[in-house]
Formats: sequence, C-alpha cells, structure tokens
Amino acid sequence: MINVSIEKQLKVYHGRQVLKIDHQFATGSITKIYGPSGAGKTTFLKIIAGLTSPEKGRILINGLTWLDTDANINLSPQKRMPGFVFQDYALFPNMTALEHLRYATDDIAWIKRLLLLGKLDTLTDHKPIHLSGGQQQRLAILRALAIRPKVLLMDEPFSALDPEMKAELIADLKTIFKEIGATVLMVSHNPQELEGLVDGELYIP
Amino acid sequence: MDLSPIWLTLKLAAITTLLLLIVGLPIAWWLSKGRSFFKTIIEAIITMPLVLPPSVLGFYLLLAFSPRHGIGQWLQDSFDIQLVFSFQGLVLASFIYSMPFMIGPIKSALQQLPASLTQASYTLGKTQWQTFKSVLLPNIKPSLLTAVVLTFAHTLGEFGVVLMIGGNIPNVTRVASIAVYDSVERMDYAAANSYSLILFSITFVMVISVFVFNKYQARSPLE
Repeated sequence: MINVSIEKQLKVYHGRQVLKIDHQFATGSITKIYGPSGAGKTTFLKIIAGLTSPEKGRILINGLTWLDTDANINLSPQKRMPGFVFQDYALFPNMTALEHLRYATDDIAWIKRLLLLGKLDTLTDHKPIHLSGGQQQRLAILRALAIRPKVLLMDEPFSALDPEMKAELIADLKTIFKEIGATVLMVSHNPQELEGLVDGELYIP
Repeated sequence: MDLSPIWLTLKLAAITTLLLLIVGLPIAWWLSKGRSFFKTIIEAIITMPLVLPPSVLGFYLLLAFSPRHGIGQWLQDSFDIQLVFSFQGLVLASFIYSMPFMIGPIKSALQQLPASLTQASYTLGKTQWQTFKSVLLPNIKPSLLTAVVLTFAHTLGEFGVVLMIGGNIPNVTRVASIAVYDSVERMDYAAANSYSLILFSITFVMVISVFVFNKYQARSPLE
C-alpha cells in the first residue's frame, strides 16, 4: 500500500495555490492522474520521486517511509529509485538506445526483453536524435522499467504513440507491471487513453 | 631568433589550462546548480578579470605575494616559495586571470541542459558524480572544447598581469607577449614581427579548429 499525504505551495500565474493530496494507492494498482493544466500533476509525481519537496507531508511505500516532514525524513531519489517517465522523455543525447538501458541495469536478458517489448531491438545503436518521437517515448518507458521499480511514475507516457502501437504496448506493459509488482501512477490528459488499463483515478483540481 | 619566450608561453598556457580544467569543472558545475547570494558573489569575483585592467590585477597580486609582507612573506618563510618574478607566480596570475574563460562557457552549457536529464539519472540510482561523468559532461563537449581553447589562447596573449608579477626575466618569466614589447623597445622590429606572427598563427589555428570541431553544433567559439 502506498499512503500519500502532502501539501505544497505552487507558484501560478496569478499568485499561489496549494497542492493538497491525501490518497492511498493499492500495491500493484495502476492509477490515472488527471486534472487541468497547472494543477500540479507533474509536481505530484516529482514529490513522490524525491525530485522536489513539499512543505508538509508523509509518503509511506509498503511500510517504508520515503518522506515525513515532521520526523525530518526525506529519502533521496537515488534511495527511492522510482521508475520515472518524463514528459520530455529526458533521454541522454550522448547514449544509444542500448546504452540507455545499460546505464540503468546490467541485466542483459532483461534489456533484450525490454527492447523487444518496445520494438527497439533493431535500433539499439541509435541515439535519441535518430529516433522518431514515438520511439523516443518508448525508450523512455523502457529505461524506467529497466530498474524494475516498485513505484512507476509516468507523465503523459503515451502522448506520441499511434493508436495501434499504444494498444499493443499497453497490453504488454500490463504484463510487465504485474511481473515486477509495480504500483503505477500515470498522468494523462486524454480521458479515453487509459481505458481498460487503470484500476483507479485521482483527480487533481 | 630566441625561441625560449615561445616555449615558455606554450608551457604557461598548457599548465594554466590543465589546472583550470581540473579546478574549473567542479566550480562551474556547482555554480550551474541553483542560485544563491553567495554563488552570485563568487561568480562576480570569478568574472572580475574580464573587466578589470590586467595591470590592476597584476599590481594586487604583486602586493599580495611580495616576500616582504602578508601571504608572500609566509610562503617565503615557511616553504621557501617566492611567487613574484618566478614562473610559479606567472601560473598563479594566469590561473586567476583566465578563470572566467574556462568557467563561463562550461557553466552556461550545464545550465542549458534540461534539468530532467539529471533527474532521470538520479531516479536510476546514479550518484551526482556518476551523473556528471556519464550524462552531463559528454553532452557539453563543444562548450568544453571552447572553454579549453579560449583559456589557452587567452593565456598566450597575456601581457599586463605577467609583466606586473613576473617582470622580464629571460627563460623564467619572459613570455612571447613581453618579448614582442621588449623587441619593439629595442627597435628590433624583425624579432617583434617573428614573435607576433607565431602567436597570431597559433591562435588562428586554434580558433579555426574550434569552428571545425563544433561545426555540427553551429556554435561560435566565443559563445
């Protein structure tokens, strides 16, 4: 079980607003996070990852405290090691597709499987600049999966994929999520996009 | 023609560039991460040699490292090190004077990289050092080359600072720019022209090289 209770001041155009979330995510569940632009969806994912800190709050992951502002506990992203699919993909321009996965893990068999899953097995020596938008997005997903994360945070992970590729990838990802026991939080703008994949929803107003 | 000023200049530029690369990289990295009042002050101090007359910097270094008082006296008494009118003194002065040329381009390049690159590396469990070595450094190569060449070329052309702290001692502190000045003073225009032509050629080749190596990034060496 993942328990999140956080409060953070957000800077917005007209001043400030408070991002306040109190929610529980069942272990192994897939939750869609949605809401208007600027509501703090990406910030929420980054708070869970330890990439930004809230003013107040607690994050408990399967009994382990990742964050407790009262007890002054705030684990670094390196200790939390969540899988994170960034909205801008955050691919490393100097690395090939294979090097991205080798940077994340030494498990060659796992890398081969991921490359097949993302249909990037023939593009292993390509750097991001030589991949299409959809291929880059798939590589970002594979890199996040490479560390077999217990918590997977995905920010608009399928926005650049065509419907056919998206349906195929989502079906394969479901199997992988189950296999590694990941609890998945996905930000999405598209109401229909994650139909049949998610177990629950969280609206951030 | 006595070539020793040319060799001395190249030796000074090489040592200065190497030292600044080792020291400048972590400083540039630190400066590129976030902002604070303290960082602004440090950055301003590093940038000062860009706008300060070289003779002013040289004068203060001469005072600071004079063996008659202060740090200079302490270095002389404790370690038998004399920085004024010595090659070590030239290295120190060049190090300070060329610092903005090494740190500026590297810091700017690091700041231009998306923050998500570093964040992605951290979520993969990588340390700050691993991230710097494997993700940040390889992606700022053109700017790194620019910084190295600018630092080297700038050290080649130093005059005011080296004259103030080093004087004009053959084989010790008489670098090429001072040899040019000295030759003109002696009305030996042929020697002055030879030194100048060599300095011009070396600098020109270096700047052209940066343009060629960085052509895919379409960057000016002065960026």
